[in-house]
Amino acid sequence: MTSTVGPPRIRVGAVRARGRRGWIFVAPFAVVFALTFLAPLVYAFGLSLFRDQAFFGGTVFVGLGNYTQALADANFWDAFLRVLLFLAVQVPIMLLMALIAAFAIDSARLHAAGFFRMVIFLPYAVPGVVAVLMWGFIYGDHFGLAADLNHLLGQDAVQPLSANWILTSIGNIVTWEFVGYNMLIFYSALKVVPPDQIEAAAIDGAGTLRTIVSVKLPAIRGAIVVATIFSIIGSFQLFNEPNILRSLAPNVITTYFTPNMYAYNLSFAGQQYNYSATVAIVMGVITAIIAYAVQLRGQRKER
Amino acid sequence: MALFRRHRAIAALALAAALATACGSPAQDTAKATGTQDSVDAALKAGGSITYWTWTPSAKAQVAAFEQEYPNVKVNLVNAGTGKDQYTKLQNAIKAGSGGPDVVQIEYQALPQFALPGSLVDLNQYGFGAFQKDYTASTWSSVTVGNALFGLPQDSGPMALFYNKEDFDKYGIAVPKTWDEYLDAAKKLHAADPTKFITSDTGDPGFTTSMIWQAGGHPFSTDGRNVKINLNDQGAQKWTKVWDQLVQGKLLSTVKGWSDDWYRELGDGTIATLVTGAWMPGVFKSSVTAGSGKWAVAPMPTYDGQPVSAENGGSAQSVLKQSSNPALAAAFVRWLNHGNGIKPFIASGGFPSTTADLNSPAFLNAADPYFGGQQVNQVLTAASGAVAKGWSYLPYQLYANTIFVDTVGKSYLDGTAIGGGLKAWQASLVDYGNQQGFTVSAG
Repeated sequence: MTSTVGPPRIRVGAVRARGRRGWIFVAPFAVVFALTFLAPLVYAFGLSLFRDQAFFGGTVFVGLGNYTQALADANFWDAFLRVLLFLAVQVPIMLLMALIAAFAIDSARLHAAGFFRMVIFLPYAVPGVVAVLMWGFIYGDHFGLAADLNHLLGQDAVQPLSANWILTSIGNIVTWEFVGYNMLIFYSALKVVPPDQIEAAAIDGAGTLRTIVSVKLPAIRGAIVVATIFSIIGSFQLFNEPNILRSLAPNVITTYFTPNMYAYNLSFAGQQYNYSATVAIVMGVITAIIAYAVQLRGQRKER
Repeated sequence: MALFRRHRAIAALALAAALATACGSPAQDTAKATGTQDSVDAALKAGGSITYWTWTPSAKAQVAAFEQEYPNVKVNLVNAGTGKDQYTKLQNAIKAGSGGPDVVQIEYQALPQFALPGSLVDLNQYGFGAFQKDYTASTWSSVTVGNALFGLPQDSGPMALFYNKEDFDKYGIAVPKTWDEYLDAAKKLHAADPTKFITSDTGDPGFTTSMIWQAGGHPFSTDGRNVKINLNDQGAQKWTKVWDQLVQGKLLSTVKGWSDDWYRELGDGTIATLVTGAWMPGVFKSSVTAGSGKWAVAPMPTYDGQPVSAENGGSAQSVLKQSSNPALAAAFVRWLNHGNGIKPFIASGGFPSTTADLNSPAFLNAADPYFGGQQVNQVLTAASGAVAKGWSYLPYQLYANTIFVDTVGKSYLDGTAIGGGLKAWQASLVDYGNQQGFTVSAG
């Protein structure tokens, strides 16, 4: 535009019109995106800047007061460290199991591979609430399978719902639910590994293990990164399993067992909507940072 | 001079008002200082439509009977969830300013939470204060906050001792009259059969507050914005002294109340007694069919052998300020809990709050086959007259109950003194109250 010749006026108009027209095409998405993604985020952020007294005193603007409170809140960090521990232990185990299952089904040496694929995936199709209730019956140390085992052994050795075991028990449920889901991600990534690469590896004399380590694993790194990010987010958002097990494991699961449960109870039991929004935002930011770090690391390796 | 005179006039008015309030205090005739029921009758005649939120199983029959009696009134019956779930929705509707019901069921322990911020209609303006003499003292005091009347009591839960007669007979244990005897019975039973427990308790805020109530404690008091909390008063100490021995002696079943396992243990004799509200027979009959014929009812054990009880649970029906037709809503509440609504309520197994119904021969003398033909209402009605006076819940009792598990629950879990958990509970409650605009003092 600043060049001495200058483009013809008509063209400038056309470009502008095209730009406007572009917005018309984007509008349906933009409106839905703004309403369902941006608006709630902005609303939650707005909430987090105020403090509303449920009984007397009304609403006051506190700026970042809620954030300083959250960062110094022992309950919040207690919850955060718990899901962090859960993440560090459960996610690697689950993803490793999913990988092994995917390789086994992909190996073409398995009889009835389709059947195994179905069965391993099936738990994911069971509604989460039903799954937890079912496991609750198995864990029950009064009348459940755990009780029968204790009866058999003659002592109270198996206590899945006790304070020391509850996190492991929840991890077991989550693993059971999501191994099949992650396996399917890995398996579909394996399906698109070019057969000529594998053939070339075989011609070069690579065994099964060598093929997996040197060809297949690098080929599905993208899928592994995606599955890891999903699992990290899932762990930080842990809510359903502990919330349902609460009714079976009295006193073991506190109202701040996970950050999500803490936010939920602050809001719906304590009417502390503002502080609840703050906790949710802090947790969301931490999750985003960690997920982004994992993604960056995954990309760096790929180069 | 004119100004001075006006001041005097205001002072005189204030004095008159104070006198009127004094006259209207519960000791005297309440009806005089309050409104009349004429507007309620007029609203009933005019008809209209109201919405009623409740989870009581009696509601369906009650609404049908009401609509038959008053065909020009339409009642939209909504089950908005039980207890906490309904309160969450109610709270949201109140916050939003619309979408709430006209009439709503609220438990006594939750009533102050909705009454204090001014979400409920003071029914004194319709002259309902005159009904005081018709209700048990404990239920009436549960629906009054300050001088205002925020609902009419429906059911009540005076506590009694439900015991498995089979267990007691088999091991030759006498039915305990005092808590010391109860403690002995617990030890004897568990020694005789280590799979059996005197009762189950894993820490329940409703039970804990009721037990402190019975022991003569007054841990919560509210005066406007000022709240006092003392969960270490004499009553609390009396109770924890007994209960610590049960918890730390591992004499209680650790099955969680209201779970499937709990019902099963009630049916098969694992849990030998329950100290709970008078609404329990209905639960026994619907959920513990295996226990039929085994259970019996006795007065709640006490500390000195003198009969004293406490309330556990129970709800009232209130009119929401949001209602567009509060007079009609009040008319429905009057019919429900001070009129023909009581009959279908009792017929469906409810335990009423009105003294006339509690003391009617038909009610008292009904032999209950589930309890081996025992006239259980004799015991339960006697309990309703023996409820300790002067109790009040926290204005944020629902929140208090939610975080109970984090503090007192921990004591149960670790087997440490309950008093320590109560102290931690109190500290959290003081903090929360101060954050929500109250001035809370401890001790």
